[in-house]
Amino acid sequence: MRKIYLPLTKDVIKTFKPREQVLLSGTLLTARDAAHKRLLDALKSGKKIPISLKGETIYYTGPTPARIGEVIGSCGPTTSSRMDPFTPLLLKYGLVGMIGKGERSKEVISAIKKYGAVYFVTIGGAGAYLSEKVKTAEVIAYKDLGPEAIYRLRVEDFPAIAEVL
Amino acid sequence: MRTVDSKLIAGVVKELFIKANTCLRPDILSALKSARKNETISKAIYALDVIIKNALIAKNKMLAICQDTGMAVVYLKIGQSLTIKGDLKKAVSKGVALAYKEGYFRNSTVNDPLIRKNTNTNLPPIIYTDIVLGNKINIKVVAKGFGCENMSETRMFRPTDSVSNIEEFIVSTVKDAGSKPCPPIYIGIGIGGTLDKAVALSKEAIFRPLGRRNKDKRISTIEDRILGKVNKLGIGPVGVGGKTTAMGVSILTYPTHIAGLPVAVNISCHATRTVEATI
Repeated sequence: MRKIYLPLTKDVIKTFKPREQVLLSGTLLTARDAAHKRLLDALKSGKKIPISLKGETIYYTGPTPARIGEVIGSCGPTTSSRMDPFTPLLLKYGLVGMIGKGERSKEVISAIKKYGAVYFVTIGGAGAYLSEKVKTAEVIAYKDLGPEAIYRLRVEDFPAIAEVL
Repeated sequence: MRTVDSKLIAGVVKELFIKANTCLRPDILSALKSARKNETISKAIYALDVIIKNALIAKNKMLAICQDTGMAVVYLKIGQSLTIKGDLKKAVSKGVALAYKEGYFRNSTVNDPLIRKNTNTNLPPIIYTDIVLGNKINIKVVAKGFGCENMSETRMFRPTDSVSNIEEFIVSTVKDAGSKPCPPIYIGIGIGGTLDKAVALSKEAIFRPLGRRNKDKRISTIEDRILGKVNKLGIGPVGVGGKTTAMGVSILTYPTHIAGLPVAVNISCHATRTVEATI
């Protein structure tokens, strides 16, 4: 399996073969339903958002709390299609990668192609296994959303399949 | 008359939710291992290896099998010759809240479906009670993740519709769900009763251990046929393709009205979390 370093560049994305299995290392953001809604509401009303999306990869997950001494709890992917209504605008603002599970809408697939981005799937329901691939975790925005807050994660050899290119 | 202290019930509910969320059902684990032997596509084998490894990590580290530790559903079968000391429903809630706190599980319940503020306790649970003969109390819990719950379906068929119409509906529900509900899935089906009864049956159907045949031969034949069709869809483990889209099909039926034939499909993921105890 090829090792890929985050943040992703559009040149690296061009090298992916369809459905290629890769191992991701580097930093990414987490966001799921509630954070997506807040980001989009802010962007639509011209307000500043608390993170920069440029060159970022978002992992759709809402982890369980970390036990004392642990980096993070269980943190597998959630269903990506719930984020479909929000994705095209985030891609416009510079998002280049997404990690989740399940199929995406036609609109999202064409937006991914338009912006030269990539959608990865990872192993749904393997939150305990995937937690061992996370080396650091820090809440960076929307702390009040609890498990739905935006985290900055550093991952090592995080397994993913390049599903939509 | 036997008396059971509600404090005991709270403790049992807590233990059941901790077990359900960290210890994969043995029948599911062995079904996943058989699927692993049966698959030939390398991605499907890899996915199943990760899922099996995930179950071991969760058990050893007392870590949630899946980060979606679910909405708490509790089924109580209470013997009519039994007295409960204290507030039963409060005790169940207390057990749920303690399990999610002490187990480091995710609080995934919001206070109102439209306002959507996290209650930060995973409360309230959904509680179903049933009064039965005897002096025991049976407690079944489900930590139901919504990746698969969202893919479930119900349809009110015509009484004159055929079994093959029903099978088609179930297979197309699984096909449309694709990889979203975390296959290999366990398909619970409720047929008959009213709309709500069919849905309730479809969820209870998941409690039957995989590998235990339906006692009704006529129904077990339908289950086998649906499983065969679903596993020809090629969705495979976590959607990477392969032979195992579902591990099993379990149907429960109930008498129904002359004008109706309700059918509910409850999809449950490979991390199906149910466990029970009797006090």
